Amino acid sequence: MRRVYLDHSATTPVDPEVASLMMTYYTEKYGNPSSIHSFGQEAREALEKAREQVAGFIGAQPAEITFTSGGTEADNLAILGAAEAYKDKGKHLITTAVEHHAILETFEFLAKNGYELTVLPVDEEGLLSVDGVQRAIRPDTILLSVMHANNEVGAIQPVAEIGRLAREKGVIFHVDAVQSLGKIPVNVNDLNVDMLTVSSHKIYGPKGVGALYVRKGIRLVPRVYGGGQEKKRRSGTENTPGIIGFGKACELAQARMADEAAKLTGLRDRLMDGILERIDFVKVNGPRGAKRLPNNVNVSVQYVEGESLLLSLDMVGIAASSGSACTSGSLDPSHVLLAMGMPHEIAHGSLRFSLGRQNTEEDVDYVLEQLPKIVERLRRMSPLFDQMQREAGAK
Amino acid sequence: MYTEKVMDHFTNPRNVGEIPDADGVGEVGNPKCGDIMRIYLDIEGDTIKDVKFKTFGCGAAVATSSMVTEMVKGKTITEALDISNAAVAEALGGLPPNKLHCSNLAADALHAAIKDYYDKQEKAKG
Ligand SMILES: Cc1ncc(COP(=O)(O)O)c(C=O)c1O
Ligand code: FES
Repeated sequence: MRRVYLDHSATTPVDPEVASLMMTYYTEKYGNPSSIHSFGQEAREALEKAREQVAGFIGAQPAEITFTSGGTEADNLAILGAAEAYKDKGKHLITTAVEHHAILETFEFLAKNGYELTVLPVDEEGLLSVDGVQRAIRPDTILLSVMHANNEVGAIQPVAEIGRLAREKGVIFHVDAVQSLGKIPVNVNDLNVDMLTVSSHKIYGPKGVGALYVRKGIRLVPRVYGGGQEKKRRSGTENTPGIIGFGKACELAQARMADEAAKLTGLRDRLMDGILERIDFVKVNGPRGAKRLPNNVNVSVQYVEGESLLLSLDMVGIAASSGSACTSGSLDPSHVLLAMGMPHEIAHGSLRFSLGRQNTEEDVDYVLEQLPKIVERLRRMSPLFDQMQREAGAK
Repeated sequence: MYTEKVMDHFTNPRNVGEIPDADGVGEVGNPKCGDIMRIYLDIEGDTIKDVKFKTFGCGAAVATSSMVTEMVKGKTITEALDISNAAVAEALGGLPPNKLHCSNLAADALHAAIKDYYDKQEKAKG
């Protein structure tokens, strides 16, 4: 059976070049980078090269990069570390309703522990208003965190403008760029950010590796104490093979980004337009065009439920994801779709396809061939669909 | 994540559809995740002659609906009333813990359809 992976926003395969480089640092150059012998020093050298690769990709200085165990830890370090470091200046924090749980849950923790939190709403496309941010900033605001691109609907936020505003007002600005890195330009200077989170496994690097960019001069209290690695910001023996893999993945992504983004945009629109053409009662979730990530397709198929769609797609080899309540452990629909003002029933039938490096037009056409059949089968089973048809017929 | 039995009932659900002028119709919504299930019964004397369903929900919801229709077809009303959520889940070889509430939907819809039948009988008697 044909297998088509369209869940690259969840994770990507490791590039073979990255994997083979990493292998060397597991089996041959396995020294601890803190050791002074040659085994340690060859690992240290490679680790610092990776730091330059990551920094180079986002326009930062190598000294401003702290490696972590992934995007989640980098988000936690940024928020908890800055909130603690600047608590004497104020205790007001701002974020948005569509952030990843790594951000939202961390802010919620602070809100329960003496901080005040403002969660900004988004419009029906998932976009934030710069005016809204301006109005939310107070004299005691210390930290503002806004994601660059949304993982579910691909909405790209006006981060550069928000950053300019934050700088004017003296508020520390953190950006979660986990989903945008490698797909659209991410430059810490152009975006006016103070801290920025990136993760390796979304850009064809290994899982369990990420980094936090911290602009020189920004203070941060560490969250992990120990041997003082990563300039005391994040103790623990470095995951050298993983970090080196991440560095290589950044180098490859930087070289390929322009071509890849053009190709993915074409596939994205082919898939989205194709779905709208072939299936009735489908709604696009998120913005269209340049405000959307090149690889994100998110639609709601009305009158059917997302988990049923995913299972049916999986049976014909297609991997996707959904914001349906039935697919979440908590049985709540996606907080992103709800924040966009979507009713539960529509969030229920949401379907995300996230394209990647290896996808082809044939993959897209395969989905366009399979999906209408699946939707038709599920709608025949749906009490909502026949009800809608009856009501339409009565009119 | 699902047993083979669940996937079989999800892929080839038995008794999908509706019964025009059914003797009893039961519809329940899932308060947990917002899904909906409707069951139609055709009853002759004391026996469930035919049964059909329509479900808007996850794989487990579709499979339990299908399973419950298979379990009650040809049974008496008393036997049907005895079918519990747990029995439906068990007949499917079990469900993941976070999907147990979906099996409640199937048995509840069945019981609602039987209640609807009784209500209609009462009304007919006047
Ligand atoms: C926007 C965003 N932030 C953070 C994360 C977490 O990154 P990681 O999986 O590396 O912990 C993800 C991954 O799903 C993400 O999409
Ligand atoms: S019907 Fe929603 S989780 Fe099963």
